[in-house]
Amino acid sequence: MVELYLKVAAGGLLIGTVYALIAIGLTIIFGVMRVVNFAHGEMVVMGMYLGYALWTLFAIPAIPAALIAAVVLFGLGVFLQVTVVSRFVGRPQHSQFILFIAFALVITGLHLMLMGPDARSVMAPISFQTYSVGGLRLDAARVQAAATALVMILALVAFLRFTFIGRAIRAAADNPLGAEVVGIRSGRVYAVTAGIGLACAGAAGALVSPLFDAQPFLAPEFTLLAFIIVIIGGLGSLTGALIGGLLIGVAEGFAALLINPAMKSMFSYGLLIAVLLLRPAGLFGGREAR
Amino acid sequence: MTCNPAVDRRTILKGATAGAALSITPLRHVRAAGTPVKVGVLLPTSGVLAFLGQACRRGIDLGAKMMAENGAPAVEILHVDTESKAEQGRVAAEKLIREGCSVLIGAFDSGTTISAAQAAEAAKVPLVVNIAAAPQITSQGFKYVFRNFTPGATLVYNAVARIKELSSLTGVSPKTAVLMHVNDTFGHAVAKGVDILWQKLNVPIEIVDTISYSRLAKDMSVEIGRAKAAKPDILMPVTRVNDAILIVRELVKQNVELFGVIGPGSPGPYEKAFTDATGKYGDEYMDCVPWYDPTRVKTRRAIAAFAEAYPDQRFELNVGFSYEAVEIVADAIARAGSGEPGALQAALRATNLQDHIMYGGPITFDETGQNPNIGGVLLQNQGGTPKVVGPAEIAVAKPVFPMTPFAER
Amino acid sequence: MVRRERKRTGRPRGVVAATAFFCALFLVPHLLDDAWVAVLTLVLFFAFVGQAWNLMMGHVGLLSLGHALFLGIGGYTTAVLLQDYGMTPWIGIPAGALVAAMVGAGIAWLGFRFSVRGVYFALLTIAFAEFFRILFSNWPLIGGTGGYFLRVVPEDNVPLLSLRGGADHFYYLFFVLFLVGLIVSARLVRGRIGMFWSAIREDEDAARALGVRSFRLKVLVVAVSAAMTACGGGAFALMNGSLFPNTLMGMQMSIQIILAPIIGGLGTLFGPFVGAVFVVLVLEFSRDLGQTAGVYGLSTLIYGLTVLGVILYMPEGIWPRLVRLAQPLRRDR
Repeated sequence: MVELYLKVAAGGLLIGTVYALIAIGLTIIFGVMRVVNFAHGEMVVMGMYLGYALWTLFAIPAIPAALIAAVVLFGLGVFLQVTVVSRFVGRPQHSQFILFIAFALVITGLHLMLMGPDARSVMAPISFQTYSVGGLRLDAARVQAAATALVMILALVAFLRFTFIGRAIRAAADNPLGAEVVGIRSGRVYAVTAGIGLACAGAAGALVSPLFDAQPFLAPEFTLLAFIIVIIGGLGSLTGALIGGLLIGVAEGFAALLINPAMKSMFSYGLLIAVLLLRPAGLFGGREAR
Repeated sequence: MTCNPAVDRRTILKGATAGAALSITPLRHVRAAGTPVKVGVLLPTSGVLAFLGQACRRGIDLGAKMMAENGAPAVEILHVDTESKAEQGRVAAEKLIREGCSVLIGAFDSGTTISAAQAAEAAKVPLVVNIAAAPQITSQGFKYVFRNFTPGATLVYNAVARIKELSSLTGVSPKTAVLMHVNDTFGHAVAKGVDILWQKLNVPIEIVDTISYSRLAKDMSVEIGRAKAAKPDILMPVTRVNDAILIVRELVKQNVELFGVIGPGSPGPYEKAFTDATGKYGDEYMDCVPWYDPTRVKTRRAIAAFAEAYPDQRFELNVGFSYEAVEIVADAIARAGSGEPGALQAALRATNLQDHIMYGGPITFDETGQNPNIGGVLLQNQGGTPKVVGPAEIAVAKPVFPMTPFAER
Repeated sequence: MVRRERKRTGRPRGVVAATAFFCALFLVPHLLDDAWVAVLTLVLFFAFVGQAWNLMMGHVGLLSLGHALFLGIGGYTTAVLLQDYGMTPWIGIPAGALVAAMVGAGIAWLGFRFSVRGVYFALLTIAFAEFFRILFSNWPLIGGTGGYFLRVVPEDNVPLLSLRGGADHFYYLFFVLFLVGLIVSARLVRGRIGMFWSAIREDEDAARALGVRSFRLKVLVVAVSAAMTACGGGAFALMNGSLFPNTLMGMQMSIQIILAPIIGGLGTLFGPFVGAVFVVLVLEFSRDLGQTAGVYGLSTLIYGLTVLGVILYMPEGIWPRLVRLAQPLRRDR
């Protein structure tokens, strides 16, 4: 029994790291632009399909595929930001919401047309492999995905801290007007931010492609999952998203084990409601975001 | 309050008529006197169930083709997509009826079927159900609904019979089982049936844990971990395709040792997508479902024609029952001698098809509109394809039980 | 910024137009075939529910992304009371509305008590809707994900008593609901309460400083909106005869509900109807096109592109644009 609990905890932490990467993509866009990407899950699924396609066509494994997906989605993010989203920054929320719903529909439509409605699974040996760590069997794909996600998160943090554009992004997130005043061009900052946000989603999607089957209808689940994590961690906070991701990963695992797997996300929504009401800035501090 | 009278109203009406014209055109067919009977087909060819809906559609198209070759009365098939949405069933059925269909076939999914049945009942147009397992379809008093598919309880009843048989066939008697089921309409109905029948039929296998998981489960590691902890002899998953694949992957990764995996009434493991994705690990996975009777000539002919028309697809139960639905309709039209819905309803009620492709007795319909003679077989994947291993009278292979441990494959 | 329609009830042309419009709607079942009646019934349904949602968003500025919850509560209450307790929908629908109003008021009370605003309020509504959807999916009494089914309408059915019947019957049921919804909305919005509501929408703090009891008024609008949506859900359940938590209460349904009023024009009385006509027709059209072309996913793509086009080029909605086109000179801003 102890082994099972340990396994669930470890599995939850591992997948939670990938969830955190997804959530960071969402939170960084919101932090800088105050725009909520309701099509985030669709971007994750796009990453999954890229992971699937790269493996199936060119036998490129998940980790390099994640890098490629990050680059592709970065480009898509910049493109969407420059052409469409920029006009919606500062518009009322419902208007932004519909914009992203439209994106979600278009992307889902494209997925359906290109990949069909049935689930696509990466048929790689890694899907069946495990690592044994101190008597604990851990999925190889999961360990690799978590390690890569963690490296990507650290790289992103370093980027935000040590590069000029990274610091500009942080400045814009802290104080958009101030950033503009000191001469940080918000257009470029926004474009890079949107790119990074989508790159996170895409990379995470490619990383989980050996674990989860790619399917267009998974997208809303990912979007809501990212929301829950981001709110629990504090909207706009990277550390919060990381801890929130780990927390949700583990909590869902234990909810499935102890209560009822079909009801596990109810637990997450309950937590979300409690956090929204009681600690809207998130469980782990962060800025007061109201 | 409405501002601006004429212009606005006209704009709206203009828009509406334009939309109307565009929308109706593709569905309008030339109608002349003495033309073929129109058969409306409702299937979820897009949306979550699209994969299965498209399999059904292949069965319908094949059926229509073969009926025509066999000299059955001419029919014209009109397809409408229900988008895997229950509420769309009614709209789709009304559309088809309006297009002049005098009999409907559909709708794969229970919710959509009930919703379509309401429309069919109101218009007094018969609906032949190809696939849909919810018991309510034949227990709500519909007079125009005919189902040639097993309701959840019968599905489970047949499955339990096959599982009991397995012990005597192989001499291995499992003692404990874990039941897993996807928490959707179908999985729910089957799991409930298992619970009830297990007691009633006094099955000597104890169900030590029941695990239900979400329809959109991405990953089953915890669920399988929990099942493993219960140390069952057999695992009984009621799945769709994707979750069956996930289950196998987890069984391999967690190295779960079992006598066998037997899905009671579970769709999925016989699909090509499943056997392709799991390869050698999907072998020896068993499933109890209604299935085609491989010993009949008619079945072999249908399979051959299917292989020719769709070389990359597998002839399975979705195709089979959809094929049979067309056969039932063609037979009724021939006997009714007209395309009038009332006459067709009477003819359907008197259906008695002896020679058909799915395993079981003759196709007849009782007063609720249910075909009570559908059998269930035990399938086992062997060498990447599902083989009938029970009952003995139609088996084409011997069951491997207990199964080869995953680590030794 | 959301624009409100101006009061024009006094004008004869307006009255003529409205009368003509409603007469046309009334005559629909006599002019069009059943398939079109079914489609227009859906239009009326989405127009009515959109109207209910619009009360909250368009008139008070509260964004709810979880309205499917109220639809589900209304639907299940009506259906369970009818099937298991033999109660006519004449009781069941109001009962559902009452339950939904209480749930809505409860959510609103909690949310406003802890001053959850803006995007956070929207997320709160999603969280509650999803929470209840999963709860309903696992509630054996109502069939869980297995669904809840109504028995066939008996032979001796009297549509006016049972509220169940054929295509025309449901068309008129939703027609009446739509009319009542329109009148209730108009009365509320044009009345004292409506003035306070728009004051809250424009600047809640200022309104409160002027003595508007914003807390109560906001809870009230959520309750009214929830009750109306639940009526729509009850009638919808009667029409479909089957209820599933995933389709009736899912996120997709919430999105469907709000598309029509946003596309039609927020905060207008006719926007939801125009939007519903647009949304349902585009959906029907793209579906037929996708099927004719035999390309799966094409319909979703077209639908998405159309919505994108509208939100890009008519961000304020179709109805205000139509109004502006119709009277280029008289427009006063």
